Amino acid sequence: MNEAEIRAVYLEELSGVAPDIDPDTVGDNEHIQDDLELDSMDILNLVTALHARTGVDIPEKDYPCIATVALAVEYLRTNLK
Amino acid sequence: MGVFKMPSLGADMEAGKLVEWLVKPGDTVARGDVIAVIETQKGAIEIEVFEDGTVHELTAELGDELPVGEPMAVILAQGEQPPATVAPETRARPAETTDAGPKPVPAKVVFQPEPTAQHAASPAARARARELGVDLSVINGSGPGGAIILSDVEQAQPRDIEQPSRPGSRAEEMRKVIAAAMTRSKTTIPHFYLSQTMDVQPAIDFLARINSERPPSERVLLGAVFVQAMTLAVGKAKTMNGHFVEGAFKPSPVVNPGVAIAVRGGGLVAPALMDAGSLTLDQTMGAMRDLVARARAGRLKGSEMTQGTITLSSLGDTGADTMTGVIFPPQVALVGTGAPHVRPWVLDDQIVPRSVVTVSVSADHRVNDGRQVARFFSEFESLIQAPETL
Repeated sequence: MNEAEIRAVYLEELSGVAPDIDPDTVGDNEHIQDDLELDSMDILNLVTALHARTGVDIPEKDYPCIATVALAVEYLRTNLK
Repeated sequence: MGVFKMPSLGADMEAGKLVEWLVKPGDTVARGDVIAVIETQKGAIEIEVFEDGTVHELTAELGDELPVGEPMAVILAQGEQPPATVAPETRARPAETTDAGPKPVPAKVVFQPEPTAQHAASPAARARARELGVDLSVINGSGPGGAIILSDVEQAQPRDIEQPSRPGSRAEEMRKVIAAAMTRSKTTIPHFYLSQTMDVQPAIDFLARINSERPPSERVLLGAVFVQAMTLAVGKAKTMNGHFVEGAFKPSPVVNPGVAIAVRGGGLVAPALMDAGSLTLDQTMGAMRDLVARARAGRLKGSEMTQGTITLSSLGDTGADTMTGVIFPPQVALVGTGAPHVRPWVLDDQIVPRSVVTVSVSADHRVNDGRQVARFFSEFESLIQAPETL
């Protein structure tokens, strides 16, 4: 997966757990908790979906590494096998 | 069963808009089946049938604004004959001039606009026209007597039909429902409040340990530990679990914990986990995930909106220490959990940093006293400090 594909997967899964958010309006540095108002259950659902799509098993201590589109793309790219 | 009517999905619901039928005449339905989706001020809700039967006819149409109690369909039990009084004609759709027998109280219809003499139009057409900002005076009606029907309005604004109601207006509607419910609560329920700060470190350590060995799909959140602990703890404080209706408290034999979920853009919903006492911690977590996902997608069930017996409102991982909550009628208690914070704590005569949480209870004084709530705290605290037993 290249960066563009990872970004697309992330935004797709984000709108899966938060269907009321329009993925086209999500900025690269918007924080999923502080700006997009995801709660802890939404974040876990996002982590679960990303794991299913990419195979990256994001441990709890790394949740901050997927908190924005920009961070997540970098994190997933680095950890993809 | 006969006539299936618009159910009340909460004390303050007045009407709902039919947006989807999931059955058609001739279909057999079983108790608990979802047969329709309605749009309410709290979002889209799936409504269920309460008895087995066969769908005889659907008398409500998509787009109709239906007050609580309005007939929607005729569903017959085996061998049952259709009632003569509810033929579809009696709904008098276009001009609603005839009396279709016993009607719900019209004063409670929130969405129904004042009828105007100039433009005969169905209630659904009027409601949709107002939503879309369509001027009825410029539409030629195709209904009986030139009345404007729903499809006339939709054809006038084809591009806008797929769009749900504007987020702004939905947030406003939800604020109104919350205000109505909370005003009713605070004017009819004599609230009293207790809170207690507890060491939650054992639960946090337990979750960190089990979650580190689990894939994301099997991880458990602290919120599930709180729901599980509340469910078990009310077993020792049964007067906190149930409904106060018709002047008396009716304790519930099962615990259906309502879980307050914040809606983005403002507002709250508190759908219930059914019979959480029969669930393990993992099952409670799974049920909460499902509830949150469906709350976000607008796919909560009517039963989940009405059958909660006590509510948990959790302030999340970060944020305020404590809340003084408002009870969700007809329930008699609301439990609030603050965000866990690391604080100096005395443990075995030593001052140590521990994650602590302040748990609060708002209780109905018609049913409870401080004693019951204190017993609840004591049990809740023991449970969150022995999370492996949950």
